[in-house]
Amino acid sequence: MNADFTADELQFEIEVQEFLQNDFPAEYREKVDAGIRLSKDELVLWQKILYKKGWAAPNWPAEYGGTGWTATQKHIFATEMGLIGAPEPVPFGMKMVAPVIMAYGSDEQKQRFLPDILQSNVWWCQGYSEPNSGSDLASLKTSAVRDGDEYVVNGSKTWNTYGQYADWIFCLVRTDTGVKKQEGISFLLIDMKTPGITLKPIVLLDGHAEVNEVFFDDVRVPVSNLIGEENKGWTYAKVLLTHERTNISGVPRGKRRLAALKRLAGNTDDGFGNTMLANAAFRTKLAEVEIELQALEYSELRTLAALSVGKAPGPESSILKIVGTELAQEMDELFVDLAGYNCLPFVPEQFEDGFQGVAIGPGNTAAAALTYFNNRKLTIFGGSNEIQRNIISKAVLGL
Amino acid sequence: MDFSNTEEQQMLQESVQKFVQKSYDFDTRTKIIASEKGFSQENWDLFAELGWLTVPFKEEDGGFGGSAVDLAVMMEEFGKAMLVEPFIASAVLSGGVISEQGSAQQKAELLPKIMEGKLQLACAYAEQGSRFNLAHIKTSATVSGDTVVLNGGKTAVLNGPNAEILLVVARESGAATDSEGISVFMVDAASAGVTIQAFANVDGKKSAEIGLKDVSVPLTQRLGASGSALQALQDSVDRATLAVSAEAVGAMESLLHKTVEYSKTRKQFGTAIGTFQALQHRMADMFIECQLARSIVIMAAMKLDGGEDAIEKTKSVSAAKSRIGKAIQKVGQEAIQIHGGIGMTEELDVGHLFKSVTAAEIMFGNTDFHTQRFASL
Ligand SMILES: Cc1cc2nc3c(=O)[nH]c(=O)nc-3n(C[C@H](O)[C@H](O)[C@H](O)COP(=O)(O)OP(=O)(O)OC[C@H]3O[C@@H](n4cnc5c(N)ncnc54)[C@H](O)[C@@H]3O)c2cc1C
Ligand SMILES: Cc1cc2nc3c(=O)[nH]c(=O)nc-3n(C[C@H](O)[C@H](O)[C@H](O)COP(=O)(O)OP(=O)(O)OC[C@H]3O[C@@H](n4cnc5c(N)ncnc54)[C@H](O)[C@@H]3O)c2cc1C
Repeated sequence: MNADFTADELQFEIEVQEFLQNDFPAEYREKVDAGIRLSKDELVLWQKILYKKGWAAPNWPAEYGGTGWTATQKHIFATEMGLIGAPEPVPFGMKMVAPVIMAYGSDEQKQRFLPDILQSNVWWCQGYSEPNSGSDLASLKTSAVRDGDEYVVNGSKTWNTYGQYADWIFCLVRTDTGVKKQEGISFLLIDMKTPGITLKPIVLLDGHAEVNEVFFDDVRVPVSNLIGEENKGWTYAKVLLTHERTNISGVPRGKRRLAALKRLAGNTDDGFGNTMLANAAFRTKLAEVEIELQALEYSELRTLAALSVGKAPGPESSILKIVGTELAQEMDELFVDLAGYNCLPFVPEQFEDGFQGVAIGPGNTAAAALTYFNNRKLTIFGGSNEIQRNIISKAVLGL
Repeated sequence: MDFSNTEEQQMLQESVQKFVQKSYDFDTRTKIIASEKGFSQENWDLFAELGWLTVPFKEEDGGFGGSAVDLAVMMEEFGKAMLVEPFIASAVLSGGVISEQGSAQQKAELLPKIMEGKLQLACAYAEQGSRFNLAHIKTSATVSGDTVVLNGGKTAVLNGPNAEILLVVARESGAATDSEGISVFMVDAASAGVTIQAFANVDGKKSAEIGLKDVSVPLTQRLGASGSALQALQDSVDRATLAVSAEAVGAMESLLHKTVEYSKTRKQFGTAIGTFQALQHRMADMFIECQLARSIVIMAAMKLDGGEDAIEKTKSVSAAKSRIGKAIQKVGQEAIQIHGGIGMTEELDVGHLFKSVTAAEIMFGNTDFHTQRFASL
């Protein structure tokens, strides 16, 4: 057993570090550290910097403009990105629809869509969930009825993240109602500018509308936008899910946040002449989080090692999702704990660029409660943690 | 032994329930929060008329009796509907400080006005750097002749934006964390040198950051004797802590109830999600947490009303706040999780109950603080 990097890998690590130090704009780094949301334009610009370097799509095969990296190289890259706080691309294009297009799309579709995703020219959003189909996704009802060379789409999707910024949406739609629910689903790409699509923002607990309802009213979609075969969409979507649960543990980001917690604790008075870093109960909690992070990191490395000798990602990825998200939420609690009264005011604007108000307390303590509220989503989306535990029970333990 | 409500407590409870049912649904609450003052003057007048504002006060002050159990009964109902009116800030906390620390004349002048709903106050004690230690006061009070000059800053002042009078806790002598040397001054909120930065908190209640720069007030505005206010402050904060704990018990009760009901109606995989044992056990745990939270709040209220010594009373308040803090995290988080996406939205009351209890966990000292205070007493 050996968890060391090879000499080449170490060299690569240095190359990544140097690149990020020099090319990740300092201005963005400051914003990320201050908890300010980067705008779409800023995210696009960063993505283009990565593109110029040839690193826009670490997980894509080289033939599509990906890096062709080994699993370990991808891991090193993701780690360094997370540690410095560089944002990953919005996942819907790069990580979600692109692999499906690569695996099941036509050549025409690949040429049409992949380059624009790679260069972040076109933004995508995910249209899976519906008001009555959340965990039970396969029960979805949004219908696509064939009419000549077009599908006519009717229904509604919900919890659509960043739909307001998206140019295209990939949807699971029902194309057959007479069969087992999983067997009547198709995977359809839809231009958001098509007549008949309306968006209604949903404001979440932190006061920000990051998700939307999307309504489809006789939306006409060319049949050429269908991925693969009609009624095979569920299979495509599922393959995507297991393949994309790598790098989901958030260990690098967790390390960065842990360091931030320690810094903040050192700047937070305990009210008795010391700082919170000297508070035994708080230190114990910090230590517990750090230990959990280490256990998670080595679980991820073990999964990675299995992947690199060609094993398919299995239900182990459910472990990474469950522990990664719950650990992130524990850290949210510690930030709230440290912030105390400072995070009570409800000031959603504090995450916006150019916020002129007065931040209360050291660092961005004022953001702690809103982040705590918002991150409750982590255990709900991407397959809720209950669903992940069901997967472990069934697929791993054979129950 | 008898844990049932007295007839009077039952009437009080029913009167709040009736008010909430008639005039405080979730939409109304949302509108009240969005209004300029962030609370309803009409409601406040009604509270006065119904006698609710007298509940925290002793009979000798002209109040209803000042029983902590009465107060808890009422606060629990407030919590269920997430009332944002500044009852704790103005009546329990500020009223308490005046009752404990004021001279007979000051009490006679102010307390009736509070109980009649004609005067709103805020107690400005916490500071940046004080965290939850009440004795950590850096705001200075410099006496010269018959005036006093205040300098410093106050944080998280509940009802700060709407109070006509601020009870400013300031230090006349001693080092930052000494228990001696702390006084309370009644400061007109419109005084020169007072700056008020207003916020709505995550629970919808109004609060303020307050700056004090060379604020000059007559020495007659000091409550009680020089440097002797810490005990009165602590007793009043203890009562406010009990009140916010009882309020949280009510809110958790609502969270539990709404979650159980939702799980019976929300269907996935062809069945109500409430039929999944994975969720049933967690709702059973939420129920257990609610029960334990209620028990310990009742214990603390009874001890505050009983003949225990001061340390035992304070310790029981910390026990309650510590234990309900644990319950808050569990019940609040599970309620959102079991609701799924819909629980994350601004539109549904469940998310607001979660935000309310989260604020309650922090208010007047968070779980860790009270656990440690319990251990140190
Ligand atoms: C902030 C946010 C962003 C999102 N972004 C997107 C997006 O971009 N695109 C998209 O398509 N979707 C998105 N989603 C939707 C997300 O995938 C769903 O919320 C999720 O699938 C859960 O569905 P639901 O909310 O309907 O909850 P439900 O499925 O109704 O679940 C309610 C509760 O029941 C539990 N439960 C359900 N079934 C079982 C079971 N069999 N056993 C035990 N427990 C069970 C769940 O775990 C949950 O706790 C987003 C959600 C959120 C909150
Ligand atoms: C030290 C000891 C003293 C005891 N004393 C007495 C006694 O004095 N008199 C007497 O009559 N019995 C006694 N018992 C027996 C005891 O009541 C049984 O052990 C108990 O009822 C569980 O039954 P079981 O051991 O057959 O486990 P099982 O019933 O087989 O249960 C195994 C596991 O499955 C779980 N489980 C079972 N059904 C469900 C369900 N529907 N949902 C979720 N989980 C479930 C259980 O909680 C347990 O974790 C004693 C047991 C012990 C260990």
